[in-house]
Amino acid sequence: MSEFPNRANVVVIGAGIVGSCLVGHLSRLGWTDIVLLDKGPLPNPGGSTGHASNFIFPVDHNKEMALLGEQSANQFRDMDLSVDPGGIELARTEERMEELRRRMTSAKAWGIEAYLLSPSEVKELVPFINDEVILGGFYCPTVSVVDSLETGTTMRKEAIQTAGCEVFANTEVLDIETVEGDDGVKMVSAVVTDKGTISTEYVVIACGVWSNRLANMAGATIPLVPTVHQMADVGPIDILAETNNEIGYPVVRDMDTFCYERQSAGSMEVGSYGHRAILHHPDEIPSNEEAALSPTEMPFTPDDFDEQMEQAIELMDMLGEAEIRYAINGLLSLTPDGMPCLGETIEVRNLWSAAAVWVKEGPGMAQVVAEWMTYGYPRVIDAHGADVSRFYAGERSEEHIWSRADESFIKTYGIVHPQEQWNGRRNIEVGPYFSRQQELDAVFFQARTWERPQWFDSNSDLVERYGLEERPVEWDNRWWSPITIGEHLNLRENCGLVDLSAFQVYELEGPGAVTFADRLAVNKVDVAIGRSIYTPWLTPDGGFHSDLTMMRMGEDRVRIVTGVFDGGRDEFWVRKHMPTDGSVTFRNVTKQITTLGLWGPNAPAVLGQLTDHDLSQDGSSYGSIIPVQLDCAGRKVDASLFRISYVGDTGWEVYADWDNGPALWDAIMGAGADLGIRPTGGGVYGSSGRLEKGYRLMGAELESEYNPLEAGLARAKVKAADFIGKEPYLAARENGEPEVLMTVLTVEDQTDSQGRRRFMQGGNEPILTTDGDRIVDSHGRASRVTSAGFGPSVGKHLLMAYLPQELAIAGTSLQVMYMNDLFPVAVASTGAVFDADDTRMKS
Amino acid sequence: MRILVCVKRVPAPGSRINVTPDGQAVDTSHLGFTTSPHEECALEEAVQIVERHDGEVTVLTLGSVSSEEQLRYAASVGAHNLVLIPISEVDWDPQRTASALTTAISDIELAEGSFDLILFGNESADAGGFQVGIRVAHALGRPIVNGIKGIDLVDGTASAKREIDGGFEVYEVPMPAVLGIKEGINLPRYPTMKGRLASKKAEVSSTVVEAATGGQTRVRLHRPVEQVSETVILGTGPEAAPAVVDLLEELGVLS
Amino acid sequence: MSLLILCDHDRGLLDEASLEALTFGRDLANKAGISCEAVVIGAGAEEALTPLATHGAERVHLARHDVLIDYGPEAWGETLTQLVRSNEVTAVMACGTDRGNEVLAHVAARLDEPFVANCNDITPGDPWTMTRVQWGGSLLEDAVLDARIRVLSVAHHAVEAIPAEVPGAGLVVQFTPDLGVEATRTVVRDRVVMTQGITLTTSPVVVGGGRGVGSEDGFVPLEDLAGALGGVVGCSRAVTNNGWRPHSDQVGQTGTRISPDIYIAAGISGAIQHWVGAMAAKNILAINTDGEANMVSKAGYAVIGDLHKVVPAITEEIVRRRG
Repeated sequence: MSEFPNRANVVVIGAGIVGSCLVGHLSRLGWTDIVLLDKGPLPNPGGSTGHASNFIFPVDHNKEMALLGEQSANQFRDMDLSVDPGGIELARTEERMEELRRRMTSAKAWGIEAYLLSPSEVKELVPFINDEVILGGFYCPTVSVVDSLETGTTMRKEAIQTAGCEVFANTEVLDIETVEGDDGVKMVSAVVTDKGTISTEYVVIACGVWSNRLANMAGATIPLVPTVHQMADVGPIDILAETNNEIGYPVVRDMDTFCYERQSAGSMEVGSYGHRAILHHPDEIPSNEEAALSPTEMPFTPDDFDEQMEQAIELMDMLGEAEIRYAINGLLSLTPDGMPCLGETIEVRNLWSAAAVWVKEGPGMAQVVAEWMTYGYPRVIDAHGADVSRFYAGERSEEHIWSRADESFIKTYGIVHPQEQWNGRRNIEVGPYFSRQQELDAVFFQARTWERPQWFDSNSDLVERYGLEERPVEWDNRWWSPITIGEHLNLRENCGLVDLSAFQVYELEGPGAVTFADRLAVNKVDVAIGRSIYTPWLTPDGGFHSDLTMMRMGEDRVRIVTGVFDGGRDEFWVRKHMPTDGSVTFRNVTKQITTLGLWGPNAPAVLGQLTDHDLSQDGSSYGSIIPVQLDCAGRKVDASLFRISYVGDTGWEVYADWDNGPALWDAIMGAGADLGIRPTGGGVYGSSGRLEKGYRLMGAELESEYNPLEAGLARAKVKAADFIGKEPYLAARENGEPEVLMTVLTVEDQTDSQGRRRFMQGGNEPILTTDGDRIVDSHGRASRVTSAGFGPSVGKHLLMAYLPQELAIAGTSLQVMYMNDLFPVAVASTGAVFDADDTRMKS
Repeated sequence: MRILVCVKRVPAPGSRINVTPDGQAVDTSHLGFTTSPHEECALEEAVQIVERHDGEVTVLTLGSVSSEEQLRYAASVGAHNLVLIPISEVDWDPQRTASALTTAISDIELAEGSFDLILFGNESADAGGFQVGIRVAHALGRPIVNGIKGIDLVDGTASAKREIDGGFEVYEVPMPAVLGIKEGINLPRYPTMKGRLASKKAEVSSTVVEAATGGQTRVRLHRPVEQVSETVILGTGPEAAPAVVDLLEELGVLS
Repeated sequence: MSLLILCDHDRGLLDEASLEALTFGRDLANKAGISCEAVVIGAGAEEALTPLATHGAERVHLARHDVLIDYGPEAWGETLTQLVRSNEVTAVMACGTDRGNEVLAHVAARLDEPFVANCNDITPGDPWTMTRVQWGGSLLEDAVLDARIRVLSVAHHAVEAIPAEVPGAGLVVQFTPDLGVEATRTVVRDRVVMTQGITLTTSPVVVGGGRGVGSEDGFVPLEDLAGALGGVVGCSRAVTNNGWRPHSDQVGQTGTRISPDIYIAAGISGAIQHWVGAMAAKNILAINTDGEANMVSKAGYAVIGDLHKVVPAITEEIVRRRG
């Protein structure tokens, strides 16, 4: 045992699968002076890794989870610590069969071998199954079972041997100390343990269920909650023992009972995600000494498991006579949105999170964090969905975390619709028009913490007016209404008023504001006062960090407006890169400024009633911001009119003080009463209107894996000023034509194999050749649907997808897979499919 | 054959046992509960005996209403009748416990007939009073032997093996008899999944019994002062063998 | 007024644990200002008398009866109860062995007095207070005792048996109890000797194996080492639960408590269940791949390494030195 160090470059806390793989990856990337600590013994320190069921189903609808799962599975295979028994997800209901067809679609998207099996085909693979209770199975031969503890040992060994990493087990962290930087931001400085204090540049928290408690020591938050997953090991079972290995039969997921059956030598592990949500505060988790088994193997509560037991016996009769030899309430981590917590914490500089990661993604996620720490951004994959900075303050409270975990636990094996809304913790943030919208029977969708009307049931008359219909298949119709199409058509015919209060608005001010703003943005921010730009922000590697609007509000003042889904990440990005010399101040003015979007051919006539200002393109040109006073029931309300459109019709984003919002809403609605104005929801703004114009959305079309050239957002010239990602951006431009291009496709025939008209959801459905082959570029990026929605004004269902240059040509015939059916599609455009020359917006 | 097994619900702690702030009980806030190990073996033995000789196993416990969990566990591994003497305290002293058990057993026997065999654990895992079974046997006027690791029943006589250093003694006890069982007499079975599910439907009869407190009163529980010892590392791997043998010589065990 | 200490023997061979009770009891009697007296019961008892005086017994009650041959719990209990009743006894005590606790429980039941088992500290007074062992030693209980006659056992290994500075008079007093049929219901009909010679309890060397041994066959090198040292093999509960060794080899709270000169614990993590049975060993050598294992930190000596390699190397070294 070496001397306990008093200095390190990086201290990784937690020697489970994540921390152990992380020190391995850091050492591969050239890091030295690494110290790994765990309060438990090795090789099993007592966290969730020690009782993990250790199987990896590689198919996931979510791209990050699927690709990192695959990446992780490959790392386990490379270490020779993995076997491939295959795995089957079973359906007991027709609804689940449909979900399995959706799984087939995702398998195709990620290039994973998969088959739909009949009950008898399932029984051939798993002879002890009762094929009478199932309708079919989704079989994936590459489902693997790994040795997570040995993987940890192997990765630690590598870090020890190649980078001199020092590992200390049975070492409890008592505190994480910080110092205040020049700019007033807290910075990590030392880790205090029961064996001594280590001063350090970086600290990574890879403490699984304890992570938030550790983060709290430094004043940071990692929003997750320890949650029980019950598991019982039952045996002995002869047919299993006869395989003479750890696992000879495929892992079975009995999806409709939220259970799995996984062979473990001569016995069967029956695990459940079907019981009530049992959440624990980290302080309730016993220490290694106090725990009867390990800290995260909490006492089994059999009453919660009985129903699962009955269902398991129903599926595999032999389990009934098997003895329950070991049963636990195993702890794992749940986050408010089901995604991991990776990256630097927003509260403390150089304090990193590598938490809420399960064994199946462990090595891959460790690689993500190691790359992030090394290069300033992950390289193996875009990880925006896992970025710990994505959470708003309202998502970091215990109340919120617990509520979400309570609601989402049952979704672990559930069928989750891409648009599915939460029941609990609603109305955390609402716009100033909320009560008015409620009166109009708005149906709200929650974007992170913010409520936004998706459509208004008060507009139901539009359904008749435009002759609209429900969609024939319930799944396509779920979380959707034909009213949204009515709102779209009304906007194109008259005008619509859209609540954009959820916009995240920041202001940079000070002598360095414009220079700093230019450093963030690809496009030039240093424009005339009153002008705005739409611009990508790039990662150091030249991919998309975000896309947003920046407004030159004054000589030394820049306003940043970004979408609600990315506000957390964008605010952190700004703060992280701010000059520390005090030349720029940052203010989040989201809740001081409200925004209404008014668009449609009648928009100028409506707004013209509230102001004498020249609202023609001369007086209020496209892209300009003009200050006006709007007459709201006789009261003059100060507002900024930003002539821009995300929906393809003329109009404005109207910015005003939050408190004036209700008066403004009433004034505009009143002015539009005779001009066909309708409150209009996000179904138009974020989907149909946007898609007809081919506008890209961060997190969908725009990810760090793609650059502005591929996204079709590169301008003719590159500004002189330096900006983050400029060098790789210039290099990409020099390379000539990008390999892939963002395109809009039209679905040429929406009829499925059962004769029903289907509507793709934009959930990574694969775009295939007419021969049914995947389309994959030289970086391994597959063509898939990034957004989808019906274009009412073009009468077609629209898809967006990256395609290789040679296919990204209007008229190219391809196919899309949806629910395991193939549909013909045609490339329509690399830009808009509606009003391609922007006449409606700019005249 | 009618066999009664008396069991006790005890916490299943780790290597460090915490005490509640008032010092009156083990802090069980993150602990599961189990049946005292000797009693688990007693139950297994009873189930095996009725499997061989026919009959019924009744399980009796005195404890909080949560002790129903241990009774159901007993049903899940083969017990037929479950009886709970509910108490509102965490635990009763040994005299009071024995007195209540005696009353309850007498009542059951009066109603349903006498037990041929009553099995206790040698001592409970928690309090370790080493006396309840003996007190009950004495009160019932029945013979009892403790430390039993083997039972043979022949013609109304229980032949009971008790481990001694280097072998065992065999006691012959006329039935009805009471035996204090020690772990090692058998390897208790685990409940099957079907057994567990069936046990949910088993009926637990509850019988309230009053009994006078005994003369032993708890003041407080506390943890012994831990002896912190420095470990001398003699070496790593097989190369450490000479150092080990040096130590053995030094200790004089290398004759 | 006296403190009466039951001293156990087996066919004349005194149980050393009795001397612990005497050592403990003579101090207690001294503090309480009463006489420290021993009692031995049954055939052959007179052969076990000598050390009793040297360990402080002022008087030794020699209880004999035709039916008191080999140990029988009820006969012993009844005998001791009658002796207590026929003397002015303040307290009756024994070492907390299986037999000691058993007999005292019978005595307490008959006297209808409380019985406090496994004390490691007793303070006479009004009332008497004591600290006793719970959870096999993981917890201590402070208790007060309200009794006319105090029935107490001394936790085994709570004190070491040491002869008294001033030996007791050791005056032998004969006692013949009045025993009926009931006292002889539970007597030994047979005695089977399984192992000749040393056992887990008596062996000066115990080589213990835990889960880390991995299999039944994995114990062969441990047998070899124990053989080379003239010791025996023990094991943890995990091992007996896996069926690798018989329960009689189990060291632990629910197995055997050992007190050898050295306990070599190979591949044993050191769970409390096991530690309780091993902690009376005079020296402990842990062999474990994990330098942070509980057993390693509790042991006086440790070798970090794979027991499958370390144990045979030690045996080889012993053989080599012996030439």
